[in-house]
Amino acid sequence: MSTTTEFLVSERLARRNSRRLAERLIEAVLFAAAATSIFVTVGIVYILVTESIVFFRHVSLIDFLTDTQWTPLFDDAHFGIMVLLSGTAVSSIVALGIAIPLGTTIAIYLSEFASARMREIAKPILELLSGMPTVVFGYFALIFVTPLLQRVIPDLSGFNLLSAGLVMGIMIVPIISSISEDAMRAVPMALREGSYAMGATRLQTALQIVIPAAVSGIASAYILGIARAVGETMILSIAAGMQPNLTWDPREPAATITAFIVQVALGDLPHGSVGYQTIFAAGLTLMLFTLSFNILGFWLQRRYRERY
Amino acid sequence: MSSSSSSLQTARLRTEIKRRRRWDLVFIVIGIFALLLGLMTLATLFIDMLIDGWERLHPEFFTSFPSRRAAHAGILSAWVGSLAVMVVTGTVAIPLGVATGIWLEEYAPRHWVTNVIEININNLAGVPSIIFGLLALGLFVYSFNLGQSIRTAGLTLALLILPVMIVGTREAIRSIPQSIREGAYALGATRWQTVQHHILPYSLPGILTGVIIGMARAIGETAPIITIGALTFIAFLPPPPITDAPPFLSFEWLEAPFTVMPIQIFNWTSRPESAFQHNAAAAGLVLVAMTLIMNGLAILLRYRLRKNIKW
Amino acid sequence: MLHPPVTNLPIKAEVRNFNFFYGNFHALKNVNLPLCEKKVTAMIGPSGCGKSTLLRSFNRMHDLYPGNRYEGAIVLHPDQTNLLDPRVDPIEVRMRLSMVFQKPNPFPKSIYENVAYGLRVRGIKKRSILDDKVEEALTSAALWHEVKHRLKDMAFALSGGQQQRMCIARALATAPEILLFDEPTSALDPIATGSIEELINELKHQITILIVTHNMQQAARVSDFTAYMYLGELIEFGNTNEIFIKPRDKRTEDYITGRFG
Repeated sequence: MSTTTEFLVSERLARRNSRRLAERLIEAVLFAAAATSIFVTVGIVYILVTESIVFFRHVSLIDFLTDTQWTPLFDDAHFGIMVLLSGTAVSSIVALGIAIPLGTTIAIYLSEFASARMREIAKPILELLSGMPTVVFGYFALIFVTPLLQRVIPDLSGFNLLSAGLVMGIMIVPIISSISEDAMRAVPMALREGSYAMGATRLQTALQIVIPAAVSGIASAYILGIARAVGETMILSIAAGMQPNLTWDPREPAATITAFIVQVALGDLPHGSVGYQTIFAAGLTLMLFTLSFNILGFWLQRRYRERY
Repeated sequence: MSSSSSSLQTARLRTEIKRRRRWDLVFIVIGIFALLLGLMTLATLFIDMLIDGWERLHPEFFTSFPSRRAAHAGILSAWVGSLAVMVVTGTVAIPLGVATGIWLEEYAPRHWVTNVIEININNLAGVPSIIFGLLALGLFVYSFNLGQSIRTAGLTLALLILPVMIVGTREAIRSIPQSIREGAYALGATRWQTVQHHILPYSLPGILTGVIIGMARAIGETAPIITIGALTFIAFLPPPPITDAPPFLSFEWLEAPFTVMPIQIFNWTSRPESAFQHNAAAAGLVLVAMTLIMNGLAILLRYRLRKNIKW
Repeated sequence: MLHPPVTNLPIKAEVRNFNFFYGNFHALKNVNLPLCEKKVTAMIGPSGCGKSTLLRSFNRMHDLYPGNRYEGAIVLHPDQTNLLDPRVDPIEVRMRLSMVFQKPNPFPKSIYENVAYGLRVRGIKKRSILDDKVEEALTSAALWHEVKHRLKDMAFALSGGQQQRMCIARALATAPEILLFDEPTSALDPIATGSIEELINELKHQITILIVTHNMQQAARVSDFTAYMYLGELIEFGNTNEIFIKPRDKRTEDYITGRFG
């Protein structure tokens, strides 16, 4: 009797072992997939940093940060990133000037006033808005919005930061409204009931109780919106022109960091030239900005999640 | 407290309430207006392109190559290119994204490695698309020598939409209650068997939603493809994947130069002649229709999902 | 009539032939209940019996959610206002009746602003008035001495019992006609519970109180009158002593003696 049982047990054990091996193999494959994302980041950082190091051998960091001209492809080359940053800053400010008030209003309306049905209809439509290809938004800004604005502002140039910024703002509205709304709806009902029980109206409850309670989530929505605006490329390349221009006037054309990269990529630059390396230095600058905004945004988002 | 003073107080209270209610009403009007503004922009965009591009939307537009003469130009190479790039993107991004999602939800130990991977994916989701273009230019084009090909573009977009796929998969898997897993484990299933027989089938519609949204994002992306230096004037098609000689399958198309819909639109938009802008509008309509259909499908899928399954 | 008139004390409010529906669910069935002025009335009964639903009907909290329906009346004396009348503004109702919730729900504001909230909602802006009323309310809620030096601190910084007393102060600041308590101590430890009960005993000299409680001992300790509810019906109502010592209804007796619930 003892021998047969032993035989049976060992066979079952053997089968279990082979199954365990297969399980481990599958787990290893899945882990490898998950690890890929790390390599993507490492790859991005590696490429941006190594090319930028070569770039900064030619151009001093001080010139890069303080020069007021950006003419990397001219014989008299200047590399003042401030020029591109001004374009990025102006267009982002215009965009957020639209997206923050609109997005917040929509979020309050959907979270505190609208019926469940209304919410169910409005949210997917907003999602469609943010899912539009940006090249189409660029077309819209150049062909439709700029001529429209020129009727009101006669000296508006054909390429300008204003219409690109406005359209970009509309595109960012759903990002801000959806994250803000999530944050507001995460505010416990008990808090709202407390306010209503004191005789507050919906608007009073929304402005004085719900928004303060959701403030870190709303802030993170704004910051993610900023990151999106700073990194947006096509709308600006198409509608704001690609001429470097140190300006704070949204009526003027100006290149952003992203539009400059597009402009260089459209031309034919030899691999290894300073002009080629410039786009990586510009990219690194962009990456540093968006990364810090994103980290700040996620940190704030996590904070409000842990609160309740 | 005399009754007359209390009635006076009540009257004052009522005017105050009326005033506050009026503000509620004002806000509702503003809120609906804000919503409509988004909606109207969408509609205006669509109508504007329809007016500009309608006359160009005849069958030849889909079967012609780009041309120096606007009236003869079409989007054949662009839509074929988009399709080819999407095949590569999907082939890479779907398995990678779904596998990562499964690992993070079902296998990942509470461990610093997991934290690093999670934070990393969150950060990748916020990296501007043009940075992915720079990655592809430095890595795929110049380090791996993959050329400015369909392969390079497909890979680049795959990495770009990877976070979307992962997040979609994770959300779908997370909506499956723990009791299902416990039920499977209690019957002696291994972890992979549980995933294979229960987790994957039940979360499939949700995963599909994420996949479609990711693909819709990829098909409209322009910046990273410009950055890798894709040509914009392509008057030929990539070699066909099926050949008449054995082994009947060819992967030469992967290495072919290409153009895609958004690049074609960008190219036409930047021409000064208005005739080309009509082409841009027409192609824009086609691209918008593609993304709208894909996004609409995803929304429908999610809606059906929420209606049908009540755990 | 289910219950005889218990007293000849002045009546502050009366529930008359009250029915309540959540969608198709008939949650409260023909309830009649008087609230005597400046007395504590407790509602007891097993969970799901409708006692909280009835309490929340007093200040029209159900209006916040779709699909709820009232029938009958809750009449407030002396002006005979039917609180449930659709022509009566729920906001006005909520200004006249204050409520304290199960779990302390401090607003994400300072202690001062929490207590002043109801006054601000009424449009009172004058600092001197606010200061006086906040101090008065906090004193009535037996919290003034603990917090008078830290009024600017966030309310979250208080302990659970202090938070609940602050919520009571918040409710008192607007001088309501009735104070509604929805299981106010269910989230608190025994010591904090003791201080809240003590407070209720103090407050009944100034204000009419209706309290829902899960805890029969609490009802016995704090209330003058007790209503026993079961499956949406008011089974028995009377002097707290009578209800606990010699209940007339078998179901009340079963509940009180702990045979179920």
